[in-house]
Amino acid sequence: MGEIYFFIVTVLKSLLVILPLLGAVAYYTLLERKVIGYMQARVGPNRTGARGIGQPIADALKLLFKELLLPAKSNKFIFVIAPILSLAPAISAWAVVPFADGWVVADANAGVLYLFAMTSLGAYGILMAGWASNSRYAFLGAMRSAAQVISYEIAMGFALVGVLMAAGSMNISTIVNAQSGNIFHWYFLPLLPMFVVYWISAVAETNRAPFDVAEGESEIVAGFHVEYSGMGFALFFLAEYANMILVSILAALLFLGGWLSPFEGVPVLEGLLEFIPGVIWLLLKTGFFSFLLLWLRATFPRYRYDQLMQLGWKVLIPVTIFWIFVEGVLILGGVI
Amino acid sequence: MQLSQDFIISFVILSLLFFVAMILWFLLAPRLGFKDLIKRFVLWDILCGLKITGIEFFKRKKTVQFPEEFTPKSARFRGLLALRRYPNGEERCIACKLCEAVCPALAIKIESEVRSDETRRTTRFDIDAFKCIHCGLCEQACPVDSIVLTDESNYTLDRKTQIMDKETLLAIGDYCEDKIASNRAEDDDYR
Repeated sequence: MGEIYFFIVTVLKSLLVILPLLGAVAYYTLLERKVIGYMQARVGPNRTGARGIGQPIADALKLLFKELLLPAKSNKFIFVIAPILSLAPAISAWAVVPFADGWVVADANAGVLYLFAMTSLGAYGILMAGWASNSRYAFLGAMRSAAQVISYEIAMGFALVGVLMAAGSMNISTIVNAQSGNIFHWYFLPLLPMFVVYWISAVAETNRAPFDVAEGESEIVAGFHVEYSGMGFALFFLAEYANMILVSILAALLFLGGWLSPFEGVPVLEGLLEFIPGVIWLLLKTGFFSFLLLWLRATFPRYRYDQLMQLGWKVLIPVTIFWIFVEGVLILGGVI
Repeated sequence: MQLSQDFIISFVILSLLFFVAMILWFLLAPRLGFKDLIKRFVLWDILCGLKITGIEFFKRKKTVQFPEEFTPKSARFRGLLALRRYPNGEERCIACKLCEAVCPALAIKIESEVRSDETRRTTRFDIDAFKCIHCGLCEQACPVDSIVLTDESNYTLDRKTQIMDKETLLAIGDYCEDKIASNRAEDDDYR
C-alpha cells in the first residue's frame, strides 16, 4: 500500500514538473522568435492571437498533422527511437532540479552527477539520429555534435567540480543552501572564471548558436535532423529547448544562489522583499539566462569547426584546471 | 599561528601558479600583446557585440504590417496598365498605334476602324501582361494621355487574365482615375 502511494505521488510530482516545462518550452520558442526579431529591427510573429500569443499552439498543431517520413534506406528502428532517446534524458534530468527548499522530485545525493549523465546521454539521441538517417548531412551533423559534446563536457565538468569543491556536496539543494547570505555570497564571484566557462560550454552542450555546428543551417542544411519531419522533428525541438531551460536553471542554481533572495541580510531591502517566494527568484534568474541564450544567438555568427575545438581544448579546459588549483589554495587558506 | 602559516604558503603557491599560467599563455599565444590578452580574458569583443544587439532590442521596429500598412510610393510608380477617359466619358484613345510601335516587348496589339461619328477608334486593344515590362514608353508616346501606368502594385495575373482587353483596361482606368489624376498633378512640373 505504501509503495503504491509513493508511486502515485511521484508520478503526480513528475507531472507537476513536466507539464509546466512543456508549456515553458512552447512559449520559449515564441520568446526566441520575438527576441531575435526585436534585435533585428523586426517585430516577430504577431498574427496568431494578440501579439502572436497563439503561435506555439499553431506550430504544434502544424507539426502534429504533418506526414511522418521514413527515408527508404534508413535504419527504421533507430530512426524512430532516436528522437525519443533525445527527449527522454532532457526531461528526466529535471528530476533532481529543486525549485525551492524541498521542492524537488528526487532529492538525490549525487544530483550533479546524475544531471551530468543525463545531459551527456542526449548526445546519443543526436548521434543515432544522424547515423540512422543514412544521409551525408545528417551524418556530418551527428559526428560534429558528438565531437563537440565530448570536448565541452570536460570543461563543463571541471567548472562543476569547482562548485562541488566550494559547496562540499553533490546535492543541489545543499549547494544552493551553502550559498546563503546576500548576493556576494553566491558562487559566481569566487568562481567567476568557472561561471563563464560553465556558461560557454553550456551553450555548446545544447548545440545552440554560436556553437550550433551540429545543425549548421547554412553548411549542412539542418544537420542531424535533416531527414525528420512532423513529430520526429518536434521531439528534437522539444529536447533542445528543454535542455536550454535546464542549463539556464542550473546556472541559476549552482552559481546564482537558486531560490535565495539577493538581499538576504541587507538591512531594509530584506524585510521589504521578504514576501517574494523563493521560486520567483529562481525563475527570474533562469529567465535571465534563457534570455541570454537568445541574445547570444541573435548576436554572434557560427564558430568555425576548428576554432570551436581550439576554444574547447586550448582555452576553456586550461582555464578551469588552473582555477581548480587556485580554488584549492583558496579553500586551504580558508578564504571560501 | 597554524592558519596564517598555511595562508602564506597558499599565497606563495597561488602567485607561482599565476606566474606559470601567464608564461603558458604567452607561449600559447605569442602574437598577442598584453592588452589583447586582457581584452580576450574579459570577453571584451563579445560584450561589444552584445551591446549592439542590446541597444537594437529597444529601438523602434521597421516592420511594415503589409495588408494594413503600405510603404510610401512615388507618383511616378509604374504599376498596372490602364486606359483613361475624358471627363465626359469619351475614351481618349484615338488608335494612333504609337504605343504599339514603341513597345519594346511587343505586348500591345491594336485594331481600329472609323466609328459612326467619323472618328477613328480602336476595336481591339489587347495588352499581354506577361510580356509587358512596365517601362512606361507607351505612356510617353501617347499624344492624348490615354494609356497610363497606374501606381497600383498589388494585383495578380494568371493565364486566364493574362491578356488585358480594352474593357478591362478602361475599367481599371475608371477605377483608378482619381489616383491617376492626382499623381499626374503632383508630377506636372517635371513633364
